Amino acid sequence: MVGLLDHQLVFVTGKGGVGKTTVASALALCAAEHGRRTLLCEVDAKGDVAAYLETGPTAFAAREVVPGLFAMSMDTEASLREYLRLNLRIPVVGRIGPLARAFDFVATAAPGVREILTVGKLCYEVRERHYDLVVVDAPATGHIVGQLTAPQAINELVKVGLIRSQTDWMVDILADAARTGLVIVTTPEEMPVNETMELAGRVERETKVQLASVIVNRVLPELFGHNEEEVFDHLCQPEVAAELGRLVDGDASPVLAAARLAVTLRRTRAGHLERLRGGLPPDVPMLYLPFLFTRFHGLRTIRQVAGSLSEELGF
Amino acid sequence: MANESGGRRATDRPGSLDGLLTSREIVVACGPGGVGKTTTAAAAAAMAAARIGGKVLVLTVDPARRLADALGIEGIGNVERRVPDDAFAHAGVRPKGELWAAMLDTKESWDALIRTHAPDERTRDEILANPLYRNISGRFVQSHDYIAMERLFEIHAEGTYDLIVVDTPPTRNALDFLDAPERMADFFSSRLLRWLIVPYRSRLVNFASKPFYQVADRILGTQFLEDIAEFFILFQSMYDGFVERARAVQRLLAERRTSFVVVSTLEAVPLREAEFFAEALTGRKLHLGAIVLNKVLPAYLRDPAAAALSERLTEQADSVAAALAPMVDAAEPQLRRVLAEVGQSFADYRVVAQREAEQQAMLQTAPETLVSVPFFDTDIYDLAGLLRLGARLFGE
Repeated sequence: MVGLLDHQLVFVTGKGGVGKTTVASALALCAAEHGRRTLLCEVDAKGDVAAYLETGPTAFAAREVVPGLFAMSMDTEASLREYLRLNLRIPVVGRIGPLARAFDFVATAAPGVREILTVGKLCYEVRERHYDLVVVDAPATGHIVGQLTAPQAINELVKVGLIRSQTDWMVDILADAARTGLVIVTTPEEMPVNETMELAGRVERETKVQLASVIVNRVLPELFGHNEEEVFDHLCQPEVAAELGRLVDGDASPVLAAARLAVTLRRTRAGHLERLRGGLPPDVPMLYLPFLFTRFHGLRTIRQVAGSLSEELGF
Repeated sequence: MANESGGRRATDRPGSLDGLLTSREIVVACGPGGVGKTTTAAAAAAMAAARIGGKVLVLTVDPARRLADALGIEGIGNVERRVPDDAFAHAGVRPKGELWAAMLDTKESWDALIRTHAPDERTRDEILANPLYRNISGRFVQSHDYIAMERLFEIHAEGTYDLIVVDTPPTRNALDFLDAPERMADFFSSRLLRWLIVPYRSRLVNFASKPFYQVADRILGTQFLEDIAEFFILFQSMYDGFVERARAVQRLLAERRTSFVVVSTLEAVPLREAEFFAEALTGRKLHLGAIVLNKVLPAYLRDPAAAALSERLTEQADSVAAALAPMVDAAEPQLRRVLAEVGQSFADYRVVAQREAEQQAMLQTAPETLVSVPFFDTDIYDLAGLLRLGARLFGE
């Protein structure tokens, strides 16, 4: 299997709240730091990428935000405009108005249209080799299959015309496992793990895109080794806890309770991790990122995550 | 604020949802993804059935399988099912009322909607077979937004339930499902829609639209445009029904019998989204009944005395280990490592707890009710678990 950073197009998805944008940003930063000219595209245009990278707002036109790392946000209307300019040589200014409105309209009724403009732009950047790697902060798990299958869907709907001839090369890029890969981000919790396994199955069945990696985010540190946990259990016995409190001059019970909480959380999550590993095809690599006990979520965090990713990828 | 009384309801206890669940007919749980919205909605409904009584329905979108199993709604599509009293008995509770549960099946709901509004059988069949329609209703999740609210309206109109608790679908934008009925109405009443289909209907190309069609034909091909046109023409026959219905859904959401509960965690990103959502609700004159803060870390993590103790524990791990070793039957180096880990772990979690407390203090929106639910260290997958969570929603 191709190394994650050796792809040309990587879609990063995940259930809401698992840190999808964080991981996508960190992956892009990691790639840039390893010498890849990288484009990071935020599809849901919420502005989180800009916030995490602590840079000004991103736009459809990519901008270098860190050396080697370019960021853009998807704008389907701008994508349509670019497409028309490049492919039909239509003088755009002034005449696009009604067309864009109509497109917006058609897109409401046939949502595949919006997806195709997104995928089309991304594939275009790949085909033209403007970057070594395009990292996509893609829609969440519920929407990603619609996104990845848009070119096929359009092929089924549209029998002739320019769009039809345009979707074939997109399918080629998406289906090429050496070029394109999907990353699912999850946390070691019940619902994200369920969704990850379900999505892995759907991607296999319904799309031509290869699942390149599953990245498990917020893995809690292991406090104790096996024998140490017994020692900890001893510590928690009332008379020992009381003696401990006397030695450090206070009530030790909240501190012990916190450690107990940490142990239980870690254990519940380990079960979900095991379930995940068992539910994924054995050849799909799993990467692990630690839970960060940080104060603020910004570029510093992204750099930390990028560092962990780099290690996990064997650099 | 749309709250009619302009102040706190008399039934409210601080930090509890019971007043809201007693006084409203519809409670909509909304907020960012991954914060426990589905579980919160189910727990609120279970508590209402157990404590308040009446017929309570939880309409859910995508529950965890074990939760769905516990509620007996796994794989049943749109059918409403009663949660058996056995399940309550198992949790040691005798409910005052009945708990019902249903899943939202988008495709099935769309088809039902078409059957209701199609003027005749032929139109109905043609729409159900239209490739564009099948794409919308089946493949793309956006149609969730509208259909969830539509289904809520329909169930409410049947008048079977005293209270309906709705879990909202994950949307790209938190506001999507609020705007969906309006968008749907706008869509069908738009001039652009008529402009788009006229030439195909009359087979005369309108002069004004000619350049548009030249371009559109080149891009999309005539066949696709005709498919679109056919779809719109068919849909137009249902125009009145749809617009009327969408408006009615909109009205129901704005009525005083409906209230919204925003669920979030205290993590920065979800909380920002939740706040944005809360503002949008009040901006639209919808009733923000409560904010539920989920997965809040225990307060003892913020206890300064405990923090100081944890520091001493880390610093004095050597001497403490020496003194304690005989009591715990462990080698000194091992005990030292355990003590240091305990101290360090407290310091780690304290940073998170402290940060989240700050987030809560800075919360801009002041809802009538703010409920804090602690971090449960195990997953919730049965009625007993839901009721345990529910008790916290009732401020216990």
